[in-house]
Amino acid sequence: MIEMKNVSKWYGSFCVLNDCSTRVEKGEVVVVCGPSGSGKSTLIKCVNGLEPFQEGTILFDDISVGEAKANLTKLRSRIGMVFQNFELFPHMSVIKNIMLGQEKVLGRSEEESDKRSMELLHRVGLSEHAHKYPGQLSGGQQQRVAIARGLAMDPDAMLFDEPTSALDPEMINEVLDVMVELAQEGMTMMVVTHEMGFARKVADRVIFMDEGRIEEDCTKDAFFGEPRGERAQSFLSKILQH
Amino acid sequence: MFDQFDYQVVIDSIPFLWEGMQLTFLLTFLAITGGLFLGVLLALARLSHIKVLSFVAGSYVNFFRSMPLILVIFWFYFLVPFILGRPVGGFYSVLVAFTLFEAAYYCEIMRAGIQSVRQGQLQAGQAIGLSYKQNMQYVVLPQAFRNMMPILLTQAVILFQDTSLVYVVGLHDFLVNAEIVATRENRLIEMFSTVAAVYFILCLSFSLSIRKLQRKFSV
Repeated sequence: MIEMKNVSKWYGSFCVLNDCSTRVEKGEVVVVCGPSGSGKSTLIKCVNGLEPFQEGTILFDDISVGEAKANLTKLRSRIGMVFQNFELFPHMSVIKNIMLGQEKVLGRSEEESDKRSMELLHRVGLSEHAHKYPGQLSGGQQQRVAIARGLAMDPDAMLFDEPTSALDPEMINEVLDVMVELAQEGMTMMVVTHEMGFARKVADRVIFMDEGRIEEDCTKDAFFGEPRGERAQSFLSKILQH
Repeated sequence: MFDQFDYQVVIDSIPFLWEGMQLTFLLTFLAITGGLFLGVLLALARLSHIKVLSFVAGSYVNFFRSMPLILVIFWFYFLVPFILGRPVGGFYSVLVAFTLFEAAYYCEIMRAGIQSVRQGQLQAGQAIGLSYKQNMQYVVLPQAFRNMMPILLTQAVILFQDTSLVYVVGLHDFLVNAEIVATRENRLIEMFSTVAAVYFILCLSFSLSIRKLQRKFSV
């Protein structure tokens, strides 16, 4: 479903992504991890064209992301994205946040998108907050709304960019629970995260990145069993210590 | 000293002053609307990645911000009829002058407003598939307006006061009408203190309601 071939990206002379190749099959859950500044976020933002890249190709269902300038909005509407800082629209109520894309991009009627939004809010356990503003919700609740906003487009795949990094510890689980459920339903997911518990539970594959390079790309069991590279080993020992 | 004052003349001239005030209000309202609309377009052009667009918008802003308003008013008073080949009257020429002049200021305010919206918001809009125009319309500009509301309204108060400059092209606004009465009745002090009081009360109450509105808006 997602196929990256030799993707490279530079900020000036600094190489953020260095010859990255991988693929994500339909229904697969891939966790991307690695030290900060290793290019994980940049990598998944390239998938829906939020970040341009200079070399290589990314195919999403045979649509070339780098070239498909005209169809980028259509492509993005098929890929849900959840951000580290939620990025809900603060001037709209929760339900309007979820309805916006449905109405303006998919062309659904107000009734229809309202109905779908309520279903999704119910699913993430927030239906009683539909008419509040994002600022009135906790971080965990906001992130669940953000997931609902992504799902409202009925996407073929979901991208998560460190969805729990900005959350207080007691709120992490409520977001992870929603993501685990989503994964178990067969959603294609690419998740940048340091939550190794999540990776262990639902990931099919783990990608380890360092200095813009994909250092490891293997099944979950192989990764946690015995990661081959030295860097992946030292990374794991650091974050699994506690 | 105050017993020599005759405020009857003020009361008698209220209908005439109101006529002038209507012109002041109308001009302020139209110039704000037009200036804001043009200003937003200019701000988008100025922030555009298309170099020609941003250069043209930047030059426009720098040009008008380096000109005294009164010169711009004069200029359009003579220039617009020249271009159109027929007289357009004082009102339309000052309306054009005010709109174009204010647009330069509103452009800078809105540019700051757009830049005050986090990059992530733009990306969130893109991620759900909004086009550039939709993203601006539904996500970025509403937040930019909200963030810049106090400055936009302050600029509106300044414009309201600046409309008194229309006397140079012979339009009868509030101030001019007051002056006509003042010189005709030889009641300069009464009339001009009335004018001052009216401007003061209007601007102050407007500023106060801005602050109230501001508190209501901030979630």
